[in-house]
Amino acid sequence: MLGTQTENTSWLSKSNNRYAAGVVSFVIVCSLMALSLDSRFLYLLVYAWFGVIYGVLLQYGRFCMASAVRDLFAVKVPRMAVGMMIAVALYSVVATVVTLAGFSTFHPNALGWHIMIGGAIFGFGIVFTGGCASGSLYKAGEGNMSSMLVILAISFSQAIVVSASGWWDNMVPQSWVSSAVAKDMPSELSVTQGWFDIFTAGYVWDLKGTTMAELLGMGGTASGAIFANAFLTAILPVTVILVLLYKFYFRKGYVRRTGKTAMSMKDELAGLWAMCTSSKNTALAGIGLGIFAGLHMYVTGALRDHYDILNFGDLLAAMGYQSGLSIQDTVFDPGYWYITTQEAQWGGWVLHQLGVENMGNIYFGLENGLPNPLLNAPGFMSIGIILGASVMALTRGEFKWKKPSIESAIFAVVGGTLMGIGARIGMGCNIGAFFATVTNGDPSGWIYLLGMVIGSYVGVKVFAWWMDWSVARNQSECAL
Amino acid sequence: MAMTFNKIGDGEWKLNVCGYTCPHPQMYTKKALQKMEGGDVLILEFDNPSSGESILAMCEAEGNDLFDKQDLGGSFSWKIRKA
Repeated sequence: MLGTQTENTSWLSKSNNRYAAGVVSFVIVCSLMALSLDSRFLYLLVYAWFGVIYGVLLQYGRFCMASAVRDLFAVKVPRMAVGMMIAVALYSVVATVVTLAGFSTFHPNALGWHIMIGGAIFGFGIVFTGGCASGSLYKAGEGNMSSMLVILAISFSQAIVVSASGWWDNMVPQSWVSSAVAKDMPSELSVTQGWFDIFTAGYVWDLKGTTMAELLGMGGTASGAIFANAFLTAILPVTVILVLLYKFYFRKGYVRRTGKTAMSMKDELAGLWAMCTSSKNTALAGIGLGIFAGLHMYVTGALRDHYDILNFGDLLAAMGYQSGLSIQDTVFDPGYWYITTQEAQWGGWVLHQLGVENMGNIYFGLENGLPNPLLNAPGFMSIGIILGASVMALTRGEFKWKKPSIESAIFAVVGGTLMGIGARIGMGCNIGAFFATVTNGDPSGWIYLLGMVIGSYVGVKVFAWWMDWSVARNQSECAL
Repeated sequence: MAMTFNKIGDGEWKLNVCGYTCPHPQMYTKKALQKMEGGDVLILEFDNPSSGESILAMCEAEGNDLFDKQDLGGSFSWKIRKA
C-alpha cells in the first residue's frame, strides 16, 4: 500500500502528469455537473467519453489517416495504411455484432460521382494540413496550433459552403434545379437558392445508398451482415490491400533484413505479420479504435432504445432545449464516430450568432440543426478527442505548444478549407465517408478512399514541387 | 522558423524542421538523406511526433541506421547514419 502511495506521489510529482490528471478531473467534474442538471445528458456524455478514448488511442498510435495515403506516395511508408486496415477489419467485426444485436445506428451514404470528387478534394487538402480531420483534433491536443487552424478552416469552410448563395448557383445543371423544385419542400427552406441545397435536393436525394447485404438480396439477415457486409465489404478488401502493401512497400526491405535469398510461403506470411506489427503502437491503436468505434455504436443504439428516441433532438426537446433544432426537431446525431458535420455546426453556429441567416438551408435547417455548442453531442466527441489526446501527450512528455511556421499556417488554412469543401461534397471525411461506411457494409466508402488516394497522389506531387521551389529560394540556409 | 539544412562537419549534416507538421519533416528528411553520401550522419531536429513514426519506418525500409534518439520534452533530436 505504502509502495503504491510512493509510486503515485512520484507519478504526480511530474508537472505534465499533474496537468494530465487535471484534464481528466475537468472532464469528470463537467460530466457530473451535466448529469446533475439532467440525467439524460448521459446521451451526450457517451459521445464525449468515447471521444476521450479515441483521442487517447489516436495519440498513442500517432494514428492519422491522412498519412495512410499520403506517406505511401511521399516517403513510401505503409505504417499508417496498415494501421487503418487493421482498424477497418476490427470495426467491421464489432459492427456486425452490433447489427445482429439490433442496435446499429448506421445509414448508408448515397452512391454517386460526388463521393469520389469529394474524396479527391479532401485527399488533396490533407497533404497540406498535416492531418486528417481526426488527426488534426488529436494533434491539437498535443499543442499543435497549426492543427487548431485546420479545425477552424474545416469548420468555417463547411459552414460557408452549405449556406452560400450567389453566382455559382448558376454553375449547377438546370436538371438539378428542376429536380429540387419537384421535391416540394417546406417554404422555410429555399432549396433553389444556394448551390449546395440544389446539389443535395436535386442530385444526392435522387441517388440510392445501400449496403452489400441489400445489394445481394440478403438485407436484414444474419448471413447478410456477416458474409456480405463484414466479409465481402471489409475483411476481403482489407486482406487484398494488406497483401498489396506488403508486396509493393514492405517486402523488399524485409527480404534484405532477413538476408534470405528465396522466400517460402511461410516466410512471406511471416513478412506480412512483421509488416502488421512493425509499429506496435499503431497496430494496438488500430485494434482499440476498431473495437471502441463498434462499441460506441452499440451504446448509443442501446440508449436510443432506452429513451425511446430516434435522434438526440427528441431528447433535447423533451429536456426543454428547442433552440437550434432543425424543422424536423432533429440535430446531427450519427450514433458513431464522425467528425466533420459537428465542426460545420460550430462554424455555422458562430456565423448565426454574427447575424448570418443560415437556418433556411437543407444542411442546417432540415437535417442537422444548429445547436448551441454546449448542447452539440457529436461536438463533444471532437472536444473529447482533443482532451484525450492531450492527456496521453502530457503523460508521454510530448505535449508542447507549437507555433506553426508561416508556411505551415498558410497550408493549414488553405488545406483545411479544401478538406471542408471535399467533406461536404463527399458527404463526410475519412471517418464518416470511409471508415464508418465500409465497416458497416456500405461499399461507397471504398469509392471515397479511391478519390482520397487520387487526390493525395496529386497533392504529394504539388507539395514536392513546392518544396523544391522553396528550397531553391532559401539556398543560403539550406543545402538541399 | 524556417527549415534549415547544413553541413556542420566532415560527413555530418543537420536538418532542423521544428515548427513543421506532416508531411514536411519526413519529406525533408528523405530529401536530405538523398543528398548525403553513404556513411554520413544526419542530426535531425523536429517536434511533430507522428513524423517520427514515418521517419523510423523509412529508415528501417531503406536500411539507414537510426542510432540515437533524444527526447527533449516535446521536441526530438535523432541521429541517422545513411547506409
